[in-house]
Amino acid sequence: MDTSNLDIAYLALSAILFGLGGFGLLVRRNPLVMIMCVELMLNAVNLTFVTFGRMLDDISGQVIVFFVLVVAAAEVVVGLGLVVAMARRRPGATADDLRLLRG
Amino acid sequence: METAVFAVCAVIVILGGLGVIFSRNPVHSALSLVATLFAIAVLFLNLGAQLLAAVQVIVYTGAIVVLILFVMMLLGVDTDEDLDVEPLVGQRAFAAIIALGVVGAVLAVLIVGGHDAVTGARSVTAAVADGYENVYQLGRQLFTTYVFALEVTAGLLTIAVVGAVVLSHRPKDLQPLPEPESMTEQGDEPLTVTTEEGGH
Repeated sequence: MDTSNLDIAYLALSAILFGLGGFGLLVRRNPLVMIMCVELMLNAVNLTFVTFGRMLDDISGQVIVFFVLVVAAAEVVVGLGLVVAMARRRPGATADDLRLLRG
Repeated sequence: METAVFAVCAVIVILGGLGVIFSRNPVHSALSLVATLFAIAVLFLNLGAQLLAAVQVIVYTGAIVVLILFVMMLLGVDTDEDLDVEPLVGQRAFAAIIALGVVGAVLAVLIVGGHDAVTGARSVTAAVADGYENVYQLGRQLFTTYVFALEVTAGLLTIAVVGAVVLSHRPKDLQPLPEPESMTEQGDEPLTVTTEEGGH
């Protein structure tokens, strides 16, 4: 395939984006920013799937991205519900303040 | 042309990702996330996934980020966060090692493998078609090969909606909790070097 070098570049870009998201998830303490970092990681994986789909000339890569999108939407809905429920009881709480694993 | 578009979008993706991580203000993080997701949508177009590019803009930047921003405004957490202190000693270095390890492993595979980095049979499900065929093909695969996954997805969404309603339901007798005694007062070693409570 003549675009193969570019495909490798796509994979490298998504690896870097995944690393960025993982770093942010480990470092940041605001739960909302942590959710955003998870979104970054999911998008990196999506980009990898579409690239693989093109490299192998297979539509399945794009179909799976659909399911990842749905799971990401569900994750955000539940995650934001948790954040709201948490902020109602302890306004301004960060991930550090919740290490007691109880209300 | 494709290379030029890729280069521009790659820069936006990486800068946006850095912006999400290093913005003090969560709202700025969310706006950086929009930039990243939009650039990824353009990359999808570049890769010939037209439908996914549209869905990416509609679902991610249109719904998910707006939902996150909405919650931010609802809770009023758009205050700057102090990123200079490192509450857990050595956490950032450790996180950087892990992240660089993951990225390095993938890049090593790509460099060593080169053009053979991706192996496997080609066009097992169906070959990728161009243009409007893309939408047709995705729909066809969703309702034939992946129909079971599609049905399970419907269940997942239902559960997520019910879960969100249950989680955000406000009990009648809800009192804001008094500041609970900390682990330190229970005899645990202090975890953080700062005594300042985050936010307000």
